[in-house]
Amino acid sequence: MKVRQNDEEYNKYVEIVTPKHSCAKNCIHAFLVGGAICIIGQGIHDIAVNYFNCNEEDAGSWTSIILVLISVILTGLNLYKKLAKYGGAGALVPITGFANSVAAPTIEYQKEGEVFGKGVKVFTIAGPVILFGIFTSWVLGLIYWILLTTNIL
Amino acid sequence: MNTQALGKQTIKFAHPPAIIGAASIVGEMEGQGPLAAYFDQIETDPTFGKESWELGESEMVRRAVQTAISKSGLTKEDIRYIFGGDLLGQLIGTTFGLKDFNIPLFGLYGACSTCGESLSLASMTVAAGYAQNVIAVTSSHYASAEKQFRFPLEYGNQRPLSSTWTVTGSGAFIVSSTNNQPMSNYPHISSITTGKIVDYGVRDSMNMGACMAPAAADLIYQCLEDTQMKPTQFDKIITGDLGKIGSEILIKLLLDNGYDIKKQHMDCGVSIYDNEKQDTHSGGSGCGCCAVTLAGYILHNLANHTWKRILFVPTGALLSTVSFNEGQTIPGIAHGLIIEQL
Repeated sequence: MKVRQNDEEYNKYVEIVTPKHSCAKNCIHAFLVGGAICIIGQGIHDIAVNYFNCNEEDAGSWTSIILVLISVILTGLNLYKKLAKYGGAGALVPITGFANSVAAPTIEYQKEGEVFGKGVKVFTIAGPVILFGIFTSWVLGLIYWILLTTNIL
Repeated sequence: MNTQALGKQTIKFAHPPAIIGAASIVGEMEGQGPLAAYFDQIETDPTFGKESWELGESEMVRRAVQTAISKSGLTKEDIRYIFGGDLLGQLIGTTFGLKDFNIPLFGLYGACSTCGESLSLASMTVAAGYAQNVIAVTSSHYASAEKQFRFPLEYGNQRPLSSTWTVTGSGAFIVSSTNNQPMSNYPHISSITTGKIVDYGVRDSMNMGACMAPAAADLIYQCLEDTQMKPTQFDKIITGDLGKIGSEILIKLLLDNGYDIKKQHMDCGVSIYDNEKQDTHSGGSGCGCCAVTLAGYILHNLANHTWKRILFVPTGALLSTVSFNEGQTIPGIAHGLIIEQL
């Protein structure tokens, strides 16, 4: 063509013509969905403490287990995706989002076999969360240990 | 020099090959879209009765080729070559769908522009006299494409408004020499313009329309220059899968270069879905998108003389998950064909 914008001009132009999701609307949706998941979690916790005589630690474990179970079932029914489309980070950040990110590849890669399908691909999305999560806790542990041995804490 | 070569990138055929048969096989979502009435088969089973998305896509390709052959009144022994391609790695959609036909195959990859690439090569082969009948076929499948390029289907994420929805569909075309038959019965491919790789430095894989619009603009510009034609001489100028955003950019880029195609322009990606109702954001995309739109809607309008001459421009974004993760830009490519009904 005769007239050609340079790459920088073109990318700026593209930015202008490309519509974006409304950030305020997304934040409200995320607050509602994330809040609702946390209320359900609190409900499970309270039932565990009040009706099943669990101590705090056990009640916490039951809460996580049941939320993960619900998320995995919703993932299998292809419903968690709809929740995430509406709720965005509100559905992604709680433990249910993590469960979805593990269950989804397991379903998708089942056809490629137990080892090279499910086994290899299960953490394709959650892998970075696990790697950097464990690494960060190791670094924090190291700092804690240094502070302890130098009698600062 | 061969007089059929025109300008820089165009071939004007002395004996234009005809499209004597076409077939379109689509999935359920396309069957709920505005073009539903034009498709040959709408399959509600996303795996097309097979065990996986990939085998489902292959089955779709097989049905498209089979349907095109039977619709044109030929048998598979009449077909000399197949030019085919899809979006999956190593073309497994195409190869596993075609392996039982026993027809010599050229496997092609031009991302979503493969429909134009396969039709171009098919018409060159026929026009050169190397074959009487050849097939051009392309396909894409929403689920297999998502799995390969993005995320597992059940994973919850939010798609940006600029993203497109990969069409589940396969379109096959029988391209034949018109030496022995009356030309007026069929739409024919009077010229082809082959596109260059055009890179404007866009890196957003969720905005493919913006990656491909410069390639489409470059191709349409070159085609008009080479053939010395004006946009008004076409009933439609039809791009593959630029979507809403890419279409807007294309019209602007061509206007900058002195061509106004606003009245003639149509985009298969915008036409195939009802973006509002079906929530497809910028539109449809994939090798199947323009192939099924051509096989169904466009050829229908040519056959009943609603349109006499169109410029058909499938567009492709040249990326892989590796090139994207390694921070490369996303260049585009487009291939054009002038299809006429006399």
